Amino acid sequence: MTFLGMPVTAPRGVGHLRGDQPFPEAAREALGNSQLRRNLRHATTTIRGKSGRVIAELPDWQQLRDAGSAIKADVMSRLPELLEQLEERVTAAGGVVHWAADANEANAIVTDLVRRTGSERVIKVKSMATQEIGLNEALEAAGITPVETDLAELIVQLGDDKPSHILVPAIHRNRSEIREIFLRAMPGVDPALTDDPPVLAAAARRYLRETFLSTKVAVSGANFAIADTGTLGVVESEGNGRMCLTLPDTLITVMGIEKVLPTWGDLEVFLQLLPRASTGERMNPYTTMWTGVTPGDGPQNFHLVLLDNGRSAVLADPAGRSALHCIRCSACLNVCPVYERTGGHSYGSVYPGPIGAVLSPQLTGVADNASLPYASSLCGACFDACPVKIDIPSMLVHLRNKVPHPPAERAAMAAAARIMNRPRLYASAQRAAKMARIVGRRGRGLPPPLSGWTAGRDLPEFPKQTFRDWWAQREQP
Amino acid sequence: MSSRDLILGRVRAALRDAPVVAAVPREYRPAGTNRADLEVLVDRLVDYKAEVYRVTSAEVAATAARLAGEGGAVLVPPGLPGEWRPEGAYADENLTPDRIAEAGAVLTAAAVAVAETGTIVLDASPDQGRRIITLLPDVHVCVLRPDQVVASVPDAIARLEPGRPLTWISGPSATSDIELNRVEGVHGPRHLHVLILTD
Amino acid sequence: MRIAFFATCLADTLFPEAAKATVRLLERLGHEVVFPFEQTCCGQMHINTGYQKEALPLVKRYASTFDPYDVIVVPSGSCAGSIRHQHAMVASAYGDAGLAARSESVAARTYELSELLIDVLGIEDVGAYYPHRVTYHPTCHSLRMIRVGDKPLRLLRKVRGLDLVELPGAEQCCGFGGTFAVKNAETSTAMLADKMTSIVSTGADVCTAGDTSCLMHIGGGLNRLRTGVKTVHLAEILASTEYS
Repeated sequence: MTFLGMPVTAPRGVGHLRGDQPFPEAAREALGNSQLRRNLRHATTTIRGKSGRVIAELPDWQQLRDAGSAIKADVMSRLPELLEQLEERVTAAGGVVHWAADANEANAIVTDLVRRTGSERVIKVKSMATQEIGLNEALEAAGITPVETDLAELIVQLGDDKPSHILVPAIHRNRSEIREIFLRAMPGVDPALTDDPPVLAAAARRYLRETFLSTKVAVSGANFAIADTGTLGVVESEGNGRMCLTLPDTLITVMGIEKVLPTWGDLEVFLQLLPRASTGERMNPYTTMWTGVTPGDGPQNFHLVLLDNGRSAVLADPAGRSALHCIRCSACLNVCPVYERTGGHSYGSVYPGPIGAVLSPQLTGVADNASLPYASSLCGACFDACPVKIDIPSMLVHLRNKVPHPPAERAAMAAAARIMNRPRLYASAQRAAKMARIVGRRGRGLPPPLSGWTAGRDLPEFPKQTFRDWWAQREQP
Repeated sequence: MSSRDLILGRVRAALRDAPVVAAVPREYRPAGTNRADLEVLVDRLVDYKAEVYRVTSAEVAATAARLAGEGGAVLVPPGLPGEWRPEGAYADENLTPDRIAEAGAVLTAAAVAVAETGTIVLDASPDQGRRIITLLPDVHVCVLRPDQVVASVPDAIARLEPGRPLTWISGPSATSDIELNRVEGVHGPRHLHVLILTD
Repeated sequence: MRIAFFATCLADTLFPEAAKATVRLLERLGHEVVFPFEQTCCGQMHINTGYQKEALPLVKRYASTFDPYDVIVVPSGSCAGSIRHQHAMVASAYGDAGLAARSESVAARTYELSELLIDVLGIEDVGAYYPHRVTYHPTCHSLRMIRVGDKPLRLLRKVRGLDLVELPGAEQCCGFGGTFAVKNAETSTAMLADKMTSIVSTGADVCTAGDTSCLMHIGGGLNRLRTGVKTVHLAEILASTEYS
């Protein structure tokens, strides 16, 4: 078995799955940025309201979630055969399938495919997989210009910024900041540009139109691939996806291996779950589905790159593999009280929020993202919001059990457990703690690491008597 | 070893515990649960800023010409029913993108419409044409026969042919990227007009 | 009915009034309350911080201490949630199948206070009197882990003299999250600030909940800001009468 290779995590030094600093430190900056917090609160509150309303319209939302969850579990359990079937169907329909074990290999495959077309520019549809592997950097290093065509990605690219949300990468920017970025970095922009959203959208339309028509290669991700038909799909809003998937001669789609669905009929579940959970729409404006190559219509060269990059390692953990069920709707981000206050950049990875806190550490190995499983109060809002019912809180607890712990914390936890396993010792420790408080300062100022608590909260007064002592006294005749 | 074999080997190794999964519960409303309700479709189309007209077959051509306005001629796919074709319309016979983009409007039929979501699906049949022709013009006029309207997404999936290029359209081009509010009009057609046939 | 009482380490040590109130309430309703002295802590802090192995003795202790009883009550949605959703998992990962089965069995007999009152004892009006303006924070684990739903609110609505005011954004986490409040203290404080703003906006003089842990967090913040709003455990309100 081992000669075929054991599951491995995503390599270091490429892509965007690891941050530069631990979550609490990265969050500090975001928490101090009141504009960012206002933008995030406004956006997440808006989307929660919209999503809640359209979900309430469906009488069978819970049944759809149950089906979606079960279909994904089924996919994971027979992933090899589904991938082989997908490869066969895509190939039969005129596509070419490539397999990329990690980010480096995927970047090399795509770069080589673009080079062979002779094009020095590619147009891109927003795709998490290509962000994950750092494809834009790899293309630039090879002298190829990647142009992001999704409005939010364009805002991020022009602002020399990083994406902070799965669905709306520029969620941290409000309209006036977007206007400033366009005025500064969009060639040929009307200097009289206002911050009215339709005006900003129209500016992007004008700016990209010529690029769409003159670029011969597009790179996309995929929301799903159907094993029994070889059909791929991209769900979008603006029409930039349609442009990229229709106009160029060559289309290169990079897709994580977990995105495959068994049958065409399974789409009836996911096309209901995804738009309502993600943008809060009954249906997103545009969805394009294609099967290989259609003579005379759309790209005549189609390449599908199937990406592992740590996914097989996620799959290897029975208690963690359902993180691969994620359909990238970002509902969990939108309901997360931690995300709402810290924003996506704090997570360091292209996958922020609750799903990122379970997915990123599994893709990289927990040691490389050790602070992320703790970036949650375990409030459980993400689990309720997830359209495919990923039990994120339980998975966070599971991952916390796997991360390397600081030695001092480990010693303290072991000591606490030992005391708590001896009721008499425990009772005397309760009294000793009380004594310590009486001689110490009242209410404020604990030493680190507990000082974080007393920075914003008082400690409770120690009671005169524990409940245990009260009960013992009461029992005495 | 090829990367293909490497990845498949890793995935098989990852599944060594041979997870047993229960059958997929499909308790949701399947295809055929509800009859399509045209009023629901109209409500949802209008909600997402499409404009709806009820016309007879004989009125399609004039309506499309009017919607194209002064902006330019009407572009039609080669297989559009002759009766619908407006005076002065031009057909897509491998036209260049520039010729397509200069149309005042494109007039097509559709494959299926989903009432519950306000969605029209094109499947590139001869009366709908290549995907590019409904993408570059700024106005898309789409003709629906009432028998093409289904109630829900499962009904549409059951009717569609997956091997064809499919475009699902719900309202005009839009974005939610600025403060998560839906704004119409980005790269795709900024105007979607749906003509529902009454005969 | 004979009811075994799991006080929780936090109420036992820091908030004995909540524990005493639970006892007084159940005795007033005519039940016999037993407090097994072998109990200590459910181990949730260890489990949620990533120390499942260290939590195993506590999981074992809970199961052996409470196995002899048919009905166990715990005045905490969070501890009830850990017992019900985590104990068997820790037991099977680090203990044995026998312990896992016993943990599951004891967990099925463990009720959070509002569940015990409404589901087991079938009572909504416990005869309480509490003349205060009160707002209720439905702690995350009560709400989403054990899903008590509106049970605490149904109990509060029957309390005489009590003016119940709705908490805006009630379902949002207060930011406690156990060791989250220490490991991510600044984020936790930011969440707490919003929760306190909501509480103060209600004009209530008391904020209640079914968990002493969240109340300790909220109360610590309200106290620091000298808002004058008190935090009181649900059991203390339900135990109050005209005479006490």
